[in-house]
Amino acid sequence: MTAGNIIADDGYETVIGLEVHVELATKTKIFCGCSTKFGAAVNTQVCPVCAGMPGTLPVLNRRVVDYAIAVGLALRCEITRQSGFDRKNYFYPDNPQNYQISQLYAPVCQNGRVEIDTAAGGTKAVGIHEIHMEEDAGKLIHDGAAGITYVDYNRAGVPLLEIVSEPDLRSAEEVIAYLEKLRMYIRYLGVSDCKMQEGSMRADVNLSVRPIGSTAYGTRTEMKNLNSYTAITHAIASERMRQIELLKAGETVVQETRRFDEDRGVSYSMRSKEEAKDYRYFPEPDLPGLAISGEWIARIRSAQPEFRPEKMARYRKEYDIPEYDIAVLTENRALAEIFEETAALCGQPKKAANWLMGETLRLLKEQEMEPEEICFSPAHLAALIGLVERKVINATAAKEVFAVMFAKDVDPVEYVEEKGLQQEQDAGAVRQVCEQVLKDNPQSVADYLGGKDRALGFLVGQAMKASKGKADPGMVNRLLKELLQAK
Amino acid sequence: MGLTELSAVQLGKKIAAKEIRVREALDAVFAKTDASEGKYHCFITLDKEGAYRQAEQVQERIDAGVCDSMLAGVPMAVKDNLCTAGLRTTCASKMLAQFVPPYSAAAVERLQAAGAILIGKTNMDEFAMGSTTETSAFGITKNPCAEDRVPGGSSGGSAAAVAAGEAYYALGTDTGGSIRQPASHCGLVGIKPTYGSVSRYGLIAYASSMDQIGPLAKDVTDAAAVLELLCAQDPKDAVSVKREGTNFCGALQEGVKGLRIGIPKAYFGQGISEEVSAAVLRAAEEFKAAGAVVEMFDLAYVKYAVPAYYTIADAEASSNLERYDGIKYGYRAEEYADLHGLYRKSRSAGFGTEVKRRILLGTFVLSADCYEAYYLKALKVRRLIRQAFENAFADYDVILGPAAPATAPKLGESLQDPLQMYLADIYTVSANLTGLPAICLPCGKDRAGLPIGLQLTGRAFGEEVLFRAAYTYEKIRGAWQ
Repeated sequence: MTAGNIIADDGYETVIGLEVHVELATKTKIFCGCSTKFGAAVNTQVCPVCAGMPGTLPVLNRRVVDYAIAVGLALRCEITRQSGFDRKNYFYPDNPQNYQISQLYAPVCQNGRVEIDTAAGGTKAVGIHEIHMEEDAGKLIHDGAAGITYVDYNRAGVPLLEIVSEPDLRSAEEVIAYLEKLRMYIRYLGVSDCKMQEGSMRADVNLSVRPIGSTAYGTRTEMKNLNSYTAITHAIASERMRQIELLKAGETVVQETRRFDEDRGVSYSMRSKEEAKDYRYFPEPDLPGLAISGEWIARIRSAQPEFRPEKMARYRKEYDIPEYDIAVLTENRALAEIFEETAALCGQPKKAANWLMGETLRLLKEQEMEPEEICFSPAHLAALIGLVERKVINATAAKEVFAVMFAKDVDPVEYVEEKGLQQEQDAGAVRQVCEQVLKDNPQSVADYLGGKDRALGFLVGQAMKASKGKADPGMVNRLLKELLQAK
Repeated sequence: MGLTELSAVQLGKKIAAKEIRVREALDAVFAKTDASEGKYHCFITLDKEGAYRQAEQVQERIDAGVCDSMLAGVPMAVKDNLCTAGLRTTCASKMLAQFVPPYSAAAVERLQAAGAILIGKTNMDEFAMGSTTETSAFGITKNPCAEDRVPGGSSGGSAAAVAAGEAYYALGTDTGGSIRQPASHCGLVGIKPTYGSVSRYGLIAYASSMDQIGPLAKDVTDAAAVLELLCAQDPKDAVSVKREGTNFCGALQEGVKGLRIGIPKAYFGQGISEEVSAAVLRAAEEFKAAGAVVEMFDLAYVKYAVPAYYTIADAEASSNLERYDGIKYGYRAEEYADLHGLYRKSRSAGFGTEVKRRILLGTFVLSADCYEAYYLKALKVRRLIRQAFENAFADYDVILGPAAPATAPKLGESLQDPLQMYLADIYTVSANLTGLPAICLPCGKDRAGLPIGLQLTGRAFGEEVLFRAAYTYEKIRGAWQ
């Protein structure tokens, strides 16, 4: 597919702006005290307020504003000092009040900017038009066979941020680079897990095409709720081609909302501009205006974390570890923080990196966990690294200890003691084991002496097994060679 | 004197002094409802069983000395747009005819915590839209002062219940005059407090930026006692405020010497009945005689108040009433082809004419092509009116005027010309547009014997001044009825 290229060979430039919805990870909903936890039984996280019962009133969860300001500051936005909420009116059963409390007239953040890396190796600024806060809707569950639709309001009232970019993106690659950048900031801030598959990050793509060199924008279409990078890439390619073909045939692009069918790889019209809903926005009368003080902004600013680009730059200066390691470790703030603390405690950055990039990521993946869920403390990881370093335990025992640490954060020193996992350091005892192994495996000894070096590996393995893994493999190797040479 | 002729505070004192048992007060009230409900139809729902249950509990609290409120044990009624846990709350609409809320309005909870006995839910204009209680889906209410007349609205059932002695006081709601106008038509005291003083939680919204809850009472003392219980900041209503100056009972002292009272000239132009005009101006003279400084002055933008009010109220109402869609609760049409059919049929059949008219008007003024020309313009007018009142309160402590241009209209006359009905709100809507407190109390009767109401508007959070002025006037005026 060529649609991703910045300069396509068909003479058209793609112009894309994004509306990204991010579900915020607050404990409670935006206008009531219900839990936001994902995956609960249907309609168990619902109260009269988020069910839109008569006479109930919304009360703003100020943590949502904290999060919005934090994201706004990360995306270098201006924070709106006199903000407020507006009602967006439309009838749909997933929307209990048939209006959504959102922000139109004074969104909380405006005029921001994000730097993305381009394919050419440079960087590019993408403008952020605005960020606004709003409530999510419930979910419809269709029972096709019975012809019945059920509504689950657990998600109704879960806080969302909508991040609206300027039409500054030119390709699917840029779109993905932009989304990755947003995701990094938001995950570093800990305000959302940004899982596209679970719907905690959703993107609407506004796309138009124009002849290369033209400065005027073409007519755009909007594609809704694309929930994977693959879907976004395919939707952009297909919509771009559709629009170019229309223009080439002398037809015009109609401003409309389209839905992309990922299975068929085509999009179809949902509604045109003429059919566009009139949302009859007006200021939400149940909530007072939202004044955001300088102190409030300063409080959020002072709690902003070090983000990935700065972190990577610092790692290059402070740690002698490969660029690849830096990239992997900083991909997630929780992982990076465990790394930094562990490295500081044990003084061995590369060893710390290896444990985190190897066993840790392997176990996380295996158990479908996120780095945020890691339970072991950096102090214990540092202690484990120390045990290996001082040859108290060997690598095999270390992995075993780590697995237990990963599961329930045991103190590795105590655990090794308790389970008696220390390496056998007594050369006499190891020599005895080796002698027994040679005696028990005459064929392998003969093979080795006959020139088959590989037989040594088998003998080492047998000796390790006989020592119940406690022997130092280096010592075993050396002693076996000595004994064999003596034969 | 019969038990039901006592005022709420008088009865409360007798109950506190153990001269009267709560049960006896209820017996007297229900004897009244048994006798006159068939005639007036003040209530949509009477809850005798629940009332006696409450009475037993409150009596125990009183006997144990743990309930010392002035109104403990006093039977009262609540307008049917205020939610009452476990008790049907209809808004006088077919849409909510079967709606039983699992929660109570904060205002109701406060009164019940103070030992008030809820006896039932009063009739009203559907969703509080109307000035006569005739838009109710549950039938009309007659004015106990004259059975061929409406009690006013939208809190007409509350007003009629108090006027008929079926309740000692009642809660009403006031979005454009819905407490004060029925108070005027039924010869009662009604007050709409400063916006934000009483929690709106559990009040089924008509126009959120103007809705306030307040009492309809037999006299100024009762109104002060009830409102004092109601005023409190509520974390569940984000626009409710923490306020001071709520010692309303303490404010009940005679004396208006030096009080500066302004009367807007424009209130006495076209449209006002001569008898109402004369009675209100006579009351102004009484204030003057008692030592107040009374002047006529030019209040700006008076004629724009009604159009601005209806534009904003209908806009908010069109949105507030969107939730009644037949999906979650309330009326659902029996047959429909698809989702939009379900919406259309349920809402067409569930709402009455006046409600639908206001939803359509509100939807229109918020639509993309009209938003600026109508809705935003109305907000500008609202700001100007607020400014005009601020200017007036630089010169005056109280603004005096009528509550309605005429006494209670005959049943069946008003709905034929809704525009004329809207224009009759001219004296009351400004207090809602500005959020200012306003009290209405009787100041005379017309030749037909129908009550005429006097309205006093005060500064924001200035209810104490209003109560003092109203109390003083009540003493001067002498016994009512």
